Amino acid sequence: MASVSRSFLLLSIIPTILILCADFACCNTGRKTGDGLDTDFSGFSVPLEHSFEVDDVSRFRMRGALQLRGGRETSVSLSQSQLSEEDRNNLKEVAAVDGLYKIRVPRVSLTDRQTERQMDGYLTAFVRACSLVESHLSDVITLHTDVSGYLIGVSIVTIPGACRGTEVEDEVDLEAFNTTLTIIPPTNAPQPETALFIERMDIEHEKRGKPQEQKSFFAKYWMYIVPLVLFLMMSGAQDQSGVGAANGGGR
Amino acid sequence: MKPPAKMSKPTSLFVIFFSLFVMSEAVFEDQVGKFDWRQQYVGKTLFAHFDSHSQSSKKLFLATDKNIFASFNSRTGELFWRHVDKAGPEGTIDILLLHGQDALMVVGGGRLLRSWDTNMGGLNWEAVLDTGSFQAACFVAMQDTVKHVAVLKKAAISLHYLTNGHQKWVENLPDSDTVQYQAVYSGGEEEVYVLGVVPNSHLTIIAYSLEDGEIIKQRSVEAPWLSSVESSCVVVGHGVLMCVDTATLALYALPIQAEEAPQFNQILLQVTPVQPRLEVSPGFQPVLVSSQPHPARSPISEFFLQLGPDHHVLLQLNADGYTIAPLRDFQPAFLVSFSTTGEKTVAAVMTPKNETSDVFPPQLYVHAFLKKDDSVGYRVLVQTQDHALTFIQQPGRVVWTREEALADVVTMEMVDLPLTGTQAELEGEFGKKADGLFPMVLKRLSSQVILLQAWLAHLWKLFYEARKPHGQVKNEVTIETLSRDEFNLQKMMVMVTASGKLFGIDSKSGSILWKHYLENVQPNAVFKLIVQRTTAHFPHPPQCTLLIKDKDTGLASLHVFNPIFGRKSHIAPPALPRPILQSLLLPVIDQDYAKVLLLVDDQYKVTAFPSTKNVLQQLQEMASSIFFYLIRSDQGNLSGFRLRKDLSTERIWEVVLPTEVQKIVAVNGKRPNEHVHSQGRVMGDRSVLYKYLNPNLLAVVTESTDAHPERAFVGVFLVDGVTGRIIHEAVQRKARGPVHFVHSENWVVYEYWNTKSRRNEFSVLELFEGTELYNSTVFSSLDRPHLPQVLQQTYIFPSPITTMEATLTEKGITSRHLLVGLPSGAILSLPKMFLDPRRPEVVTEHSREENLIPYAPEMPIRTEWFINYNQTVARVKGIYTAPSGLESTCLVVAYGLDIYQTRVYPSKQFDVLKDDYDYVLISSVLFALFFATMISKRLAQVKLLNRAWR
Repeated sequence: MASVSRSFLLLSIIPTILILCADFACCNTGRKTGDGLDTDFSGFSVPLEHSFEVDDVSRFRMRGALQLRGGRETSVSLSQSQLSEEDRNNLKEVAAVDGLYKIRVPRVSLTDRQTERQMDGYLTAFVRACSLVESHLSDVITLHTDVSGYLIGVSIVTIPGACRGTEVEDEVDLEAFNTTLTIIPPTNAPQPETALFIERMDIEHEKRGKPQEQKSFFAKYWMYIVPLVLFLMMSGAQDQSGVGAANGGGR
Repeated sequence: MKPPAKMSKPTSLFVIFFSLFVMSEAVFEDQVGKFDWRQQYVGKTLFAHFDSHSQSSKKLFLATDKNIFASFNSRTGELFWRHVDKAGPEGTIDILLLHGQDALMVVGGGRLLRSWDTNMGGLNWEAVLDTGSFQAACFVAMQDTVKHVAVLKKAAISLHYLTNGHQKWVENLPDSDTVQYQAVYSGGEEEVYVLGVVPNSHLTIIAYSLEDGEIIKQRSVEAPWLSSVESSCVVVGHGVLMCVDTATLALYALPIQAEEAPQFNQILLQVTPVQPRLEVSPGFQPVLVSSQPHPARSPISEFFLQLGPDHHVLLQLNADGYTIAPLRDFQPAFLVSFSTTGEKTVAAVMTPKNETSDVFPPQLYVHAFLKKDDSVGYRVLVQTQDHALTFIQQPGRVVWTREEALADVVTMEMVDLPLTGTQAELEGEFGKKADGLFPMVLKRLSSQVILLQAWLAHLWKLFYEARKPHGQVKNEVTIETLSRDEFNLQKMMVMVTASGKLFGIDSKSGSILWKHYLENVQPNAVFKLIVQRTTAHFPHPPQCTLLIKDKDTGLASLHVFNPIFGRKSHIAPPALPRPILQSLLLPVIDQDYAKVLLLVDDQYKVTAFPSTKNVLQQLQEMASSIFFYLIRSDQGNLSGFRLRKDLSTERIWEVVLPTEVQKIVAVNGKRPNEHVHSQGRVMGDRSVLYKYLNPNLLAVVTESTDAHPERAFVGVFLVDGVTGRIIHEAVQRKARGPVHFVHSENWVVYEYWNTKSRRNEFSVLELFEGTELYNSTVFSSLDRPHLPQVLQQTYIFPSPITTMEATLTEKGITSRHLLVGLPSGAILSLPKMFLDPRRPEVVTEHSREENLIPYAPEMPIRTEWFINYNQTVARVKGIYTAPSGLESTCLVVAYGLDIYQTRVYPSKQFDVLKDDYDYVLISSVLFALFFATMISKRLAQVKLLNRAWR
């Protein structure tokens, strides 16, 4: 029930966020986001929430809205607001105690009809708050889908990912997220490459087989056979006379 | 040892090309049994018969729950022959009957009737029976010769010839939808009787004519107290059906052959003139035991009545047919059995010697025989609850014992043997805390003296044994003489069996050194064996922990023991009141060098074992870096947790695979004791391709819920166990399980069934970081932002497989092989080199430089790759690999129905001299050279001197 009420809340929040939108990270796998053909085809948005607390108890708040577009070419874009002064301080505090920065998205399907799209439950991921601060809020969020278009996992990493303990002086660095967003469908594992192998074997066969087929034994070795035969004939002629003489002697 | 056999002409070029570097692996004839051994088992006995055909016969015939029909040598307990049928209900042995030289068997719930020749173990004939569930079978005799066998099904009875299995007649049973036919009886007359019951109403007796199967008579007897003929009735004496009624505690007698309308004669137990009075133990259902020595004659008139778990009474049916006379009361007596030879019958009664006997024997088989002086001798076969089979001869001497629990090994570990006493003494010197200079010197001196003593003893032994003829020197392995050998090739195999019996087996000889039976283990329990402390920490004994978890309730218990001696440890395991979801062994060690085991319960609370103050303190310090994962395959949920300082947990990531699409079938991490020697692979152009070696990587294998061959798929997910990041997600289309896979180093190998091409295929995934390492000093899942490159290739495998494992060596320098268990019982050692996604389609200079085998879609199976030559392992279920002290050598144990132990050398024995190494030649050459140099040096000196004088 909680998720349902949250999604109602979300509907009212989205317009305000779109106006406030300061940073617009987007990604797609093919067409542009603003493609008119796609907009009527099941474009919808889900909230992206985040939580960072000093006591590590999750309290998720809105971070932005994910614009998901299903269909043949799935694409995703994110509209998110700036961090407030309070949030910035909070995040720095969490980073100081090596707390976690968590994000979550609701479980949705990119292909099903609107009514069945939402399932209960969330997909959660985390990154160390200090690495988020030290990377100046440059994060990479990846959404994973399964074969039938369900979102199955989300991951967040920052670049650079290490916590070196460097102080972030400039408040401006922590205002806006610099998000790279990707959606990754499963890759198809390869099948055994029989066709290519057979083709290659055939070529190999031909290469080796052709000269053998064309040239006969005689054609190949005539240069050895002819002198041999000549030699035999010559010597045979000589012998014959000798043999004949011997025979004659015998009688 | 031959190089790989050459193939036919077209492929010979390739074969010659890569036979140069493919190791051929096989054993020489004289090496057979030198490094390997096999033990064959049959499982828990269901039916057993002694061969009474001839007096001097030493054969025993057994049918077991593993669908095996076997013959043993009763003198030694060795297997003569064994027939392994299909596993599962298709091969279940319903009954085993023995007559003369024929053993008759009904198989597969009444599917087949088989006759075996007991002499050779060959199949005489096999007959397919009509459908219907099997109820009972018995031999049918005519004029004192047994010619037929009657098989009773739920709705039909059939008679078969013993000689060829042909059906003489088959008859449908009347009213088979209401009457439950449960027993068939023949007493050597012209009829065969079928007994059926309508529970709590009446008993039906039908007599069939032997000649044509015609119903001669059909009777119905009122029996409102009777619910089952099978469990409460036996035939005693001249065709008298004796039934016991639990409710009124009365015996009922009924002559089966009676002509007129028969009636049950009630014999109340309480009023029988028996002293002491017969009373049934509360809550116990009385059982009758009778015996029919020969199918052509009536059963004997004596029978046993079991009144309680340990109370039996021997009774006799009087000649009038409805009164009984008590013969003897046996209490305590657990098991009774009859055996007849000639005219004499032996009643065997098993009495416990002490009340606390932990292995209650559920079955007893007795064989009586006439001795030369006409007295009766007997042999007894006892099957105990721990699946041990014991053979006892007359004066109560145990002739042999077979541990049939080993037919169902669930999990195992190999533990290093302890050091010898002297080595341990030296180690102990360093282990103890320093207490001043003088005691230290004394200790050192004493240990040196002990060493000297041991050495002298060893020399003496050598000298002493050298005088004996060679054959007499025995190397008996006992638990006292156990010690680690030079190269750590001999280890202790700790095996956990499904029956809850633990075994310690010497890996060199295969002899069982200790056994421990765990009582109260549920039949559906799952086991996890954890080595908490190895033998390396001398004064502290090694410690293993067995986690026993009830599959239904999830409630778990721990059994802590010493793996070398099998003794239960005095350390009290923690009480686990809540179901356990996950257990993980941390690299954290307590002050006694035991690794810490964390157990996560269903409220995500963590229990540590051992939970000393030291451990809890360490856990608190490290809490923020201890992550673990939980998988709920029924919900498709994978989630990650982090430990908090108060040993509670917080959920930090979640991945959900919708169960409507696919279900998780297996999850596998890497083995913690695995070492990877090389961080990367040197490529043809001398650059390095670094491996992605994530120790936290999980391989998750799923199967689609849609079973249609066109839409079915197998999913392989590589998930980081700390961050929950999906590193790679691959879908093998048109594929189906069962999936077998191995996850090691930077690769995953899996095998599946291709539904489209109808063949087995192997696929290999390898992960590389690329030509640059992100952070070469340390790997952290939290700081590895770039995804690895994933390479994948698939091959056809010409055989189905049953299990798979990778070889493991001490330092990981030796190349890896995959050990593949095939259904034929062979174990194939497949070089990993053949499963390399970088195998090129087209051979180039670079690929040749790298020794890459050109891609061929079909994976070869070479017979010289079978590591177990003709020692097949029936129904191989698992393969366990362990490193030895030699880098080249990996110890392998394959278990299933049989247990096979051997060593494999994936890169040949590069660190071992060959057996036939010519020491004499080498040393003589060395000596000759040495003397030659000496002499020539001398000569040169003389020459120089002479020159100087000149």
